[in-house]
Amino acid sequence: MTPHDVDLAVEFCGLQLKNPVMPASGCFSFGKEMEMFYDLNLLGAIVVKATTLEERMGNPTPRVAETPAGMLNSIGLQNPGVEKVIRDELPYLRRFSSLPVIVNVAGTMVEDYVAVVHRLNDSQDFDAIELNISCPNVKCGGIQFGTDPEMAAEMVSAIKEASNRPVMVKLSPNVTNIVEMAQACESAGADAISLINTLIGMQIDVEKRAPLLGNGIGGLSGPAVKPVALRMVYEVASSVNVPVIGIGGIFTGKDAIEFLMAGAKAVQVGTANFTDPYAIPRIVDEIKDWCVAHGVKRIDELIGAANPMSRRRG
Amino acid sequence: MPRTDVVSQEKIADGLYRMVIKSPVDLSQSAYMPGQFLHFRVSDSIDFMLRRPISLCLADEANNLVTVVYRAQGEGTKRLARLTAGDTVDVIGPLGKGFPLHEESSATLVIGGGIGVPPLLELAKKLRAKGTRVVAILGFQKASQAILIEEFKALAEVFIVTDDGSMGKKGLVTDLLDASMTDGISRYYACGPTPMLRAVKETLEPSGILGYLSLEERMGCGIGLCAGCVHKIQDNDGVHYVKTCKEGPVFAAEEVVFS
Repeated sequence: MTPHDVDLAVEFCGLQLKNPVMPASGCFSFGKEMEMFYDLNLLGAIVVKATTLEERMGNPTPRVAETPAGMLNSIGLQNPGVEKVIRDELPYLRRFSSLPVIVNVAGTMVEDYVAVVHRLNDSQDFDAIELNISCPNVKCGGIQFGTDPEMAAEMVSAIKEASNRPVMVKLSPNVTNIVEMAQACESAGADAISLINTLIGMQIDVEKRAPLLGNGIGGLSGPAVKPVALRMVYEVASSVNVPVIGIGGIFTGKDAIEFLMAGAKAVQVGTANFTDPYAIPRIVDEIKDWCVAHGVKRIDELIGAANPMSRRRG
Repeated sequence: MPRTDVVSQEKIADGLYRMVIKSPVDLSQSAYMPGQFLHFRVSDSIDFMLRRPISLCLADEANNLVTVVYRAQGEGTKRLARLTAGDTVDVIGPLGKGFPLHEESSATLVIGGGIGVPPLLELAKKLRAKGTRVVAILGFQKASQAILIEEFKALAEVFIVTDDGSMGKKGLVTDLLDASMTDGISRYYACGPTPMLRAVKETLEPSGILGYLSLEERMGCGIGLCAGCVHKIQDNDGVHYVKTCKEGPVFAAEEVVFS
């Protein structure tokens, strides 16, 4: 058996992915920056930066800080606004023949999320929406929908009604009961659940006796959050019937396989792209090598392998 | 990740190191610019996992070597300083947009502060190669942190200031920016801490001399993915946060907003 004999293809929300690894929103910009490193066709899919109705400047600097086995960010959804994303960013991604494109949608109120989706409906240059109700870095909106099951359900219903494409919902880990959140989104019509977004954290600059980040708090990501993410993916995959996409500190093929075994249908890689620009193709190769070493012919065999409850579902 | 050879490493001043590495790209085939940076991994583990951006100090096309000079301040850069000849290091670059060179014969002023001094050396070399006269104002905290003085003297007319007066004149680089210094200067280039850049821009603005500033912001990825390292830039469309890793770190001084 060679790496060529391993079938890594997965399918969710009607999207055909040649492998289960895609970049996480906000960790890959809109993709253009990566053309100097590799062919984007190597990705399973692409999730672009959070897109809002109007341009957003984002938060004051410093916006990033290194932490043990991770980092904090407080970017604050800086993006050029949906018009420019449709005009200047998405058409570029259609050059890649086999690259499903997922647009992460963010906002402050249900109305402006819906307005972004209405505007996107006219574009042929993407395949699904990832609804961002989990950004910890904007004062109003975003995470408030991601921490209250009723508000989340209201948002998901509105977006499902507005969107002519599948809707994946990205959950925040900053909740007491992640299963309740996931089930609320599923009941409201979510086509898939992705998790986790970042954990809210902080760092103090001891010389300045002040929070280091310009925004005070930020979102923690990287290997430090992986055990939390894995537990939440495991719980959610055991409790919903829609596909689950695992996110959180994936740096290696083995990390990705852990998420798949927990019940994730696919994974997103975020912070690892900053450390290693070649992280995603490397992780895909490492998954293949693991499969060869373990006689696994189809990646499907691994999905939910460590979580029997998830296998009886989706 | 591709790794490259460390050719030499030496301590050149208090906490400051000079490292020569094989260039990660073929310099003779590359459109590298002074003011660009190299982006180093300092650890193979998941600790200290963000890369460290360090400006290109010298490029040696004939031998395909690049020199960087950096301060080993945090645990990450201290790890970098432990590398010696024969080790390899994971590095990408040169990245970003560097100092543009212009066709002009009159004199150019380069102004560096502390660890902002090294990238101006390759710039001075390139300016001299174009036949431009170079005047360098170099500022340091104290004599024990002064670096690259002889290298600059080979290329430029050098003026030194230190915070404590232990070398050169006591004071700030802006103290030297009077009419006698700027007379005949057609362009300036500055790299150093943000307060210095702001003072240089404000001091030289009335003279009408155009210049470039190399900005320093905390970077996440260094390749334009994360939008961590932004700085406010004023252009025709208004004021925006622009990624210093991708659109910079060098910007036309008149575009840079300090607030």
